[in-house]
Amino acid sequence: MESTAQKPNSVAQLPLDELETPPLSLGQLTWRRFRRHRMAIFGGVCLIILFLYAFGGALILSEKYANFTSTGDRLQPPSWQHPFGTDTIGRDILARTIYGGQISILIGVTAMLVEVLLGVVIGALAGYFGGVIDSLLMRMTEAIIVIPQIFLLLVMAKFFGGSLPNITVLGRTFSGSVVVIIGIIGVTSWPYLARIVRAEFLSLKENEFVLAARATGSSTSDIIFRHILPNSIAPIVVSATLGIANAISSEAYISFLGLGVRPPTATWAI
Amino acid sequence: MTRYILRRLLQAIPLLFIISVILFVLMQNMGDPLATMGGRTVTRSADRERLSRLLGLDKPIYIQYLYWLAGNDWAKIDQDGDGVAETAGTRKGVLRGDFGTSLVNRGVPVTKVIGDRLPNTLLLMLAAELVIIGGAMMIGIYSALHQYSTADNVITTTTFILYSMPVFFFALVIMYIFAVNFKRWGLPYLPTVGMFEPEAGKTIAQVLWHMVLPVATLSSIYFAAYSRYIRSTMLEALGKDYIRTAKAKGLPRSEIVYIHALKNAALPIVTVVALDLPFLLGGAIVTERIFAWPGTGRLFLDHVSRSDTPVVMGLLMMIATAVVLFQILADVLYAWLDPRIRFK
Repeated sequence: MESTAQKPNSVAQLPLDELETPPLSLGQLTWRRFRRHRMAIFGGVCLIILFLYAFGGALILSEKYANFTSTGDRLQPPSWQHPFGTDTIGRDILARTIYGGQISILIGVTAMLVEVLLGVVIGALAGYFGGVIDSLLMRMTEAIIVIPQIFLLLVMAKFFGGSLPNITVLGRTFSGSVVVIIGIIGVTSWPYLARIVRAEFLSLKENEFVLAARATGSSTSDIIFRHILPNSIAPIVVSATLGIANAISSEAYISFLGLGVRPPTATWAI
Repeated sequence: MTRYILRRLLQAIPLLFIISVILFVLMQNMGDPLATMGGRTVTRSADRERLSRLLGLDKPIYIQYLYWLAGNDWAKIDQDGDGVAETAGTRKGVLRGDFGTSLVNRGVPVTKVIGDRLPNTLLLMLAAELVIIGGAMMIGIYSALHQYSTADNVITTTTFILYSMPVFFFALVIMYIFAVNFKRWGLPYLPTVGMFEPEAGKTIAQVLWHMVLPVATLSSIYFAAYSRYIRSTMLEALGKDYIRTAKAKGLPRSEIVYIHALKNAALPIVTVVALDLPFLLGGAIVTERIFAWPGTGRLFLDHVSRSDTPVVMGLLMMIATAVVLFQILADVLYAWLDPRIRFK
């Protein structure tokens, strides 16, 4: 940005170097490319609207209202009082989609974080060290891949979903099953990411910059997390974004089958 | 090649072992299968003790696993509760093909419980798979030939909308339209539950009629993934030199598209299908549940909720074995279709 400050009086008088446009920072370049991509802008706007809906809506309607049941007004068609109508026990659906959205986004994002953490660590260890560690970790990964995710999710939801206490965070009460759902979705979805990361590490660790890093005496964890990992970030970001969507729909499926988040906490599934 | 297949098969053994251990441990703490055995009344504690002894549920988990894996006819078990093991066990164990008996349907072998449901699921899933492959093939080839045309964009958008819809939502919407509203309008409406009307009996026409909605639901989500896949491999194949040569030779367009391009584009698709097929065994849990289709998906759901370890283990191990075998098959198939690939 500093180089834009100069004021040339005539193009011909300038040395050749200054005719070139000032270099853009990485952020500016990204923003430029993003702005040109119509679909990306569209997606970004949709995402912002969703966040505003789920989190801004909470300023207008209280959570108590979302869980308020009045069986007299059940299954009402949309009206001014209840813009989306009411459900089988008379709760306002608009308010429930707002609070359900918060929980669904929370589950999506945190389950993705669990997935990325497990997937990256396991994939990185397997790819970097190879040998016994690699084959042990990869057998485990394959074992989890071989069982369809929905089956594993249901078994684990049953396993961990006994009687759970409600959790109170920031003055709001969540059903304890939210944490369980986040955990099991994260735990069952990391294997694909681990394999991607492992493949990246296998090819990257043979590069010269790794040899250089080792020659300058970097520690092993430095090489793994500060030299190789930043170079394999692209596929991780892609699968993390897909992971959020996948987590939200996984939660919807297990809630639909009756093993998901318990009432009164709302999610988009219920 | 034979050595490669043999090595892969040998590698599958420890894998299946790990899976079975993980699942067995998970299944143990899943609830109390004895709780519902008293029927409508609560199981008495004396009965509970006797039942858990007879079913071997009082043993530590590693013994239970051992009995499940290798049977207990070589060991003596205590059946009358006096602390002395005197009766020889009767189970043969999974390694000798005995998956035990169901805890919910008492005394019925697991193989029979699963065998009763498996044909229903296979019927539904293979029909769905045929629709998916056929439909996705047409869509994919069409949009590859008319890339970025209006029709291509419309198809892409529609398939992605279907893809991002949860299955149950799509199922309920088509149920509402084709069953509820069609009935109201006096049109011939589609049935929503089961495989056949009880009074009409299990005829082929009945079963086909009942399959329409579940198959449509199952296909809707997979159309997007498959057709995108076919579209991209077709586009890649169409850009190759041999296509230009074929065009230069003056071959008819249909021959270029369907013989030269499709044959090469089909390679990765064949392996994708081979990898997806075994997952069909499990049935689509959600779809089977919504349409009350008596398949393995519903079987799994019913028995998981009542912690019927033998049936759930049998079902999951069957799926896991199928997945492992089909993975090997996919690799072999790929090498067979594309002779440039060699396995060592």
